[in-house]
Amino acid sequence: MVYRSLLAASVRSQLAYPASFALQCTGQALLQLQNMVVILVLFSRVGEMGGFTRQEALLIFSLAGISFGLADMLVGPLDTLGRLVRTGTLDALLLRPLSAMAQICASDFALRRLGAIGTAFAVLGYVLATSDISWTPLRVAVLLITPLTGLVLFGAVWVAASATTFWLVEGSELPNAVTYGSGLFTSYPVSIFSGWLLRLMAFVVPGAFVAYYPALAILGKPDPLGLPTVLQYSAPLVAVLAAGVAALAWRAGLRHYVGTGS
Amino acid sequence: MLACYLRLIRAGFRRYSTYRQAMVAGLATNVVFGFMRCAVLLTVFAASAQVAGYDPSRTVTFVWIGQGLIAVVLIWGNADFGERVRSGDIAVDLLRPLDLQAALLAEDLGRASFALLARFTVPLLIGLTFFNLTLPSSALRWTAFGLSVLLAILVSFAIRFLLNLVAFWLMDWRGLLSLHGAVSTVLAGLAIPIAFFPGWARVAIWATPFPAIIQAPIDIAIGRGTALPLLAHQLAWVVVLLAAGRLVLARATQKLVIQGG
Repeated sequence: MVYRSLLAASVRSQLAYPASFALQCTGQALLQLQNMVVILVLFSRVGEMGGFTRQEALLIFSLAGISFGLADMLVGPLDTLGRLVRTGTLDALLLRPLSAMAQICASDFALRRLGAIGTAFAVLGYVLATSDISWTPLRVAVLLITPLTGLVLFGAVWVAASATTFWLVEGSELPNAVTYGSGLFTSYPVSIFSGWLLRLMAFVVPGAFVAYYPALAILGKPDPLGLPTVLQYSAPLVAVLAAGVAALAWRAGLRHYVGTGS
Repeated sequence: MLACYLRLIRAGFRRYSTYRQAMVAGLATNVVFGFMRCAVLLTVFAASAQVAGYDPSRTVTFVWIGQGLIAVVLIWGNADFGERVRSGDIAVDLLRPLDLQAALLAEDLGRASFALLARFTVPLLIGLTFFNLTLPSSALRWTAFGLSVLLAILVSFAIRFLLNLVAFWLMDWRGLLSLHGAVSTVLAGLAIPIAFFPGWARVAIWATPFPAIIQAPIDIAIGRGTALPLLAHQLAWVVVLLAAGRLVLARATQKLVIQGG
């Protein structure tokens, strides 16, 4: 109930300047389009990327874009945690009988991300309309659940990465490498990466399960990495595990937190 | 008078060198993205050894110099000056016996020199360690590259100055800043070499000042084409954009009314 009024207040304040809000939405849409332009330009020079055609790569790109946009809108404000710790504002949040994380996220709920999310949905619609996918009930189910599992996965990455701020107060931009890094990483077929980068960003940070494996399942395509097919359907399980790890990390961080003092 | 601007350069340098951990965090992000962008761009060489005059070595050099320049030219813009306009602090700035544009430029040069030391060299060294880079082979090329980076900083400053001046007219000019941030990566040639684009898009992008910020210095470093026309393109935009900045500032200060007493 309280959260709903916090969210409503945040949304109202953003709509107070409609022209500026429209510009910011457009900016977010352009940002997403710009990432797509990079993929299209690459495909104008080469026929396939990591074993994926242009349409298949765009499917991954759009699924990742939807999940990232949703996560950015819902938990992106955790990026401000470093400032909240440094200024002592976090103490005020902790005194209230509400979850600190929910308060931080509701305070700066960025409705403008709808520009990026909408663009990603449009790309998804285009890909589905122009691709020849043989639909089965299972594939439809994977398609429907993927934005949600992707949101949980990105959300878990964001929360876990932000929790490090409780230990590294001054390095509060460090999580960006993992959060925004995952945004870039997951929007490409992970099979174009190799070595430590692939292991770290696809499996330690479970980026491969955001869009890559669900897309393989939807397309009915064998994994170019040669890993078992069961991985293509394990995104929901991995998402639950990741959320559990993130919750533990956040709790440990809060328990470690003693204020910056003065 | 000149001594005063020199002090502003030093102040800008010191201001940004204070936040060491923030610098390390920013560096880490630039480096992680550098590795990922290398893997992404190298996919174009699956079928051919050369694409639009780029080979794999020039392509990874493109990535690492670009990652190093991000913080030097503040590719996504900054809002410090616009915030001073919005809050009214600009009145104090205008009272100072200094040229506002020159003073801000001096501070930005200080900021950029620290960024060159910390944020440019480290990604380049990491690129050199893990990849085979194509760097200038003669002292003359290095000089041209240095000059080109200086011009890139000037162009980027002139664009950011103009964008922030909009705050004199629009109460909330951040929407405009976010539009600029959304298109600058592709237009400057940070995301992907401009040469990879189809012909009509290349012509259109080079008609904007953005390639002068990232692509021009990179082209000089990896030896694509001759340096002089690239430097001339950059210099022309420096002159045009700084002059436009002065003109707009003059108009802005004429309409400025500071509230309160």
